[in-house]
Amino acid sequence: MKRQDVQERIISVYIHRFDPTSDKKPRAVLYELAVEQGMTVLDGLHRIKETQDPTLAFRFSCRMGVCGSCAMLINGKPMLACNTQILDVTDKALTVAPLPNFRVVRDLVPDLAPLFKKHVQVNPYIVRTDGHEMESPSGEFIQTPEELIKYLQFTYCIKCGACVAACPTAATDENYLGPMALAQAYRYIVDSRDDGFHSRKSVVGADKAVFNCHYAGECSAVCPKGVDPARAIQFMKRELVRDYLLMRRHTAPLKARALNDKSKEKKTPLPVPPYTVDR
Amino acid sequence: MNKTASWFWFIAAGVAVFIIGGLHMAVIHLDGIAGIFNPAGGSSLAWENVSGRNGSLVFAVSYVILLGAALYHGLYGLYNIVSELGISEKANGLLKKALLAAGVALFTVGAYAAFAARFITVS
Ligand code: SF4
Ligand code: FES
Repeated sequence: MKRQDVQERIISVYIHRFDPTSDKKPRAVLYELAVEQGMTVLDGLHRIKETQDPTLAFRFSCRMGVCGSCAMLINGKPMLACNTQILDVTDKALTVAPLPNFRVVRDLVPDLAPLFKKHVQVNPYIVRTDGHEMESPSGEFIQTPEELIKYLQFTYCIKCGACVAACPTAATDENYLGPMALAQAYRYIVDSRDDGFHSRKSVVGADKAVFNCHYAGECSAVCPKGVDPARAIQFMKRELVRDYLLMRRHTAPLKARALNDKSKEKKTPLPVPPYTVDR
Repeated sequence: MNKTASWFWFIAAGVAVFIIGGLHMAVIHLDGIAGIFNPAGGSSLAWENVSGRNGSLVFAVSYVILLGAALYHGLYGLYNIVSELGISEKANGLLKKALLAAGVALFTVGAYAAFAARFITVS
């Protein structure tokens, strides 16, 4: 048997095509694709575009699961096309559609502008009252491993929108802030350098935000980076309720420590935080 | 009331319904275990026992708390379900007012009944 016989097979690929200038609704178009071991969905789409249909539109950039551009619905599940090998998903038929819960710009390209607008609303950066320290820091902000671990996993988010596509609340209510923005709000709220809880509270504690999450948990199940937005949202509810009951302990944000101040430096190296995805 | 407060009381009301509603069910349906609340003995649903419990201030207060908690939990839950269907802002405002009015009216009638029943005695 030739090596090619073992490694290559022809599969059917159904791609949802949609051109807003001519189509009323999306239609599934069938392509035959020769798939080989290791070929990702993004590679397959490129192959189809190069050899069968140059009009096919899809979005990508890094091709290595870092930029978050290529999330799409692959056999019914939101995934990164560049990070998903076709033969891991199927050896017969593959269906590729744009992310649900977003307007479709064309074919497999969702309009992610609402996702980013909601992200901006939660002030996704360190907020402090000492403006001078923000502009020209006097030193380093040294965090303990415990302080780091509180928010570390949420920093892995690449803003791909897969969690929003899987969220049943986002499916029924387009104004819902969504798991990505809410998880990012929590990421900063529990950062010991941050002092922005009260400025974010009016957004995350408002209507169409954390309290509209019914904890379906789909966001966490589909996240390609192992982020757990559902967990962040539940913890955020806890922070808001503690604040309402005047039980939230306000700790002053971490102070910068001059670069030459070695007094509190630990001699032992910090432990490496655990991976959040299977390796 | 802001959303955090509404949600906190929604959960608290759910817990209250679970506890007080559970006790209510036990008193009504588990004669054997909760028979101490039947002053005349026998069935919990016998007139003497019902009016005997109604005459107790503790029971009247528990009925009013249960009523308030069940109404708030149910109506706030209904409001959330409907508002998440993506209705307009105006419809949302109307819904809120209508449910509030229904809640206040039902609570008033129910609370009145709970206390008025204290003075109904067996002739
Ligand atoms: S939380 Fe995960 S699924 Fe959601 S945007 Fe971030 S990386 Fe994507
Ligand atoms: S192309 Fe960047 S994550 Fe897929």
